Amino acid sequence: MRYIVRKLAFYLVAAWAALTINFLLPQLIPGNPVEALIGRMSQSGTVPPGEAKILASLLGLGTGNIFQKYGQYLDGLVHLRLGLSISEFPTPVSTQIAQSIYWTLILVGVATVLSFALGILLGAVAGWKRGSRLDAIIPATTLLTAMPYFWLALILLYFLASNVWHVFPQGQGYDTNSELSPGWNPAFLASAVQHAILPALTIVLSSVGGWLLGMRNMMVSTLSDDYVVAAEARGLRPRRIMIGYAARNAVLPSVSGFAISLGFVVSGAIAMEYVFSYPGIGNQLVQAVNNNDYPLMQGIFLVITLAVLGANLLVDLLHGFIDPRTRQAR
Amino acid sequence: MTATNVVAATAAEAGDQDAGRLSGLRAAFRSPRLVTGTCLVGFFALLGIIGPFFAGSPNQLSHTELAAPSLSHWLGTTQIGQDVFAQLVVSARASLEIGVGAGLLATLVSVIVGISGGYAGGVIDEVLNLASNVVLVIPTLPLVIVILADVKARGLAPLIIIIALTSWAAAARVLRAQTLSVRNREYVLAARASGERAWRIVFVEILPNELPIIVSNFIFAMIFAILTQAALAFIGLGDPTLLTWGNMINIAYNDEALSVGAWWWFIPPGLCIALLGMGLALINFSLDEVLNPRLRVYRPARPGRARRPGSTA
Repeated sequence: MRYIVRKLAFYLVAAWAALTINFLLPQLIPGNPVEALIGRMSQSGTVPPGEAKILASLLGLGTGNIFQKYGQYLDGLVHLRLGLSISEFPTPVSTQIAQSIYWTLILVGVATVLSFALGILLGAVAGWKRGSRLDAIIPATTLLTAMPYFWLALILLYFLASNVWHVFPQGQGYDTNSELSPGWNPAFLASAVQHAILPALTIVLSSVGGWLLGMRNMMVSTLSDDYVVAAEARGLRPRRIMIGYAARNAVLPSVSGFAISLGFVVSGAIAMEYVFSYPGIGNQLVQAVNNNDYPLMQGIFLVITLAVLGANLLVDLLHGFIDPRTRQAR
Repeated sequence: MTATNVVAATAAEAGDQDAGRLSGLRAAFRSPRLVTGTCLVGFFALLGIIGPFFAGSPNQLSHTELAAPSLSHWLGTTQIGQDVFAQLVVSARASLEIGVGAGLLATLVSVIVGISGGYAGGVIDEVLNLASNVVLVIPTLPLVIVILADVKARGLAPLIIIIALTSWAAAARVLRAQTLSVRNREYVLAARASGERAWRIVFVEILPNELPIIVSNFIFAMIFAILTQAALAFIGLGDPTLLTWGNMINIAYNDEALSVGAWWWFIPPGLCIALLGMGLALINFSLDEVLNPRLRVYRPARPGRARRPGSTA
């Protein structure tokens, strides 16, 4: 129980830090962004009254001293006033994010789980048979990890989607040319899955090496621990020692190091969505940046950060569940 | 191989740690991984340092546009007739500068935060550790994107500073853990008992012992910085006046180099990043084996069950 409370408290502090960073960053924008933004909005439609005020509080540029500005900013967030998007005027930012977040959550979520499972599995086997031919492949995975993922994605796109073999669609989240409408109908789902394979593949390819190497090294270290030697001396089956004794303990650091790796996956996903014109939140962030759409940008940063914090909290709680030592130690 | 093993065994029996580490180093230098890694990194370092003096101007236009590789243009030309090889060489310097600059700065911050927190303990440690953990869980790339979009900074220095200030946390955590364990060893206690000052204990007793970890962190930070800059440049947040590998990929992508078949323009910059990153990672890999003797593999495993290193020594 104390472990859970401690973890919750930590993630609350982290979330507060993210909110505050999000409050402070727009102060760096040169000039008066609120005026400029309202000016751009009025070019594409009528600006609702009060929008300037919402925008100012959102960008941390409200009235009064810095604490009053901070208060106005937090007040706006609590009421989910994220302002109107400029590039897609007058759609509210919250509506835009709500449209894109599911694409990213599903694609990145599935790809991360796949990559984690694959990396742990291969890492466990490579560590178990260390020095073997399989283990000799490990240094090659460093090439995969050091590759710029968007570059790899574009090459895959070239070979598998456009010029050489036309196996996969070029981009987008589903077939936008046909009469498909997003929803729970089989035709749309089939199209969405078909469009997700190549993006998911690039995420897995670029992130599997990290899991693999970490697991392999932990596995090698664990294999020389006393309880593994004891299990061997008792004559247990090799498979049982590998899975039940060594791998089970070797996987723990990978679980507790999830935070670092998830950061990499999210970073990779942003460039990947841009490459595939995927209708997710990462591509939306790139478009917002290129359009100087500050409200959308700030909103997306908050949502991505809070989602990553949430995922880490879940994994940490899971860690406490599968490894009783973490619960006792603190 | 057996000779080194014997040396290691006798040295370990004598309780001489230095000789053990030395034999580890010697073994590491024989490993093809370290040799490959050092060669790759050395090649790119030379390319970045002396290459630009020989490569010719990266922006000089020739009459042949989108020419395939030939003797006059080793890697062909771009859409507007620039020599790709000259661009690649000039980019190597900027990319290395970003990697080394951001890597050094991030390592410096991690050393200050990690070691001072771990050594001081108490409230200072609690606060610094909390700060590292918070920075660690906030995803880096979205943060860097938003900062760059807000600041609208151009040039190398702001980029280096922004990347470094968002990527020191993992290293600081490792150093803190190591400092916590080193802090109470005999030689540190002895130094403290003999009245050495805190800064001397940190710089003379603790820091040298953590040097391998610091170097390993620096290498990781360097890979990370080069990859981050490439990603930023690719999504359009690079300084267009700079020439880096990332900017080259961005320009080639925007001019649809791959669709028109100009692979010589699109492939090389990405490959350079990947090969340099691999070289650095391989060095780190070998460094890991020196630091952690349990990871060393002395002989190929028998089918079925691998042999434990040291079980026969």
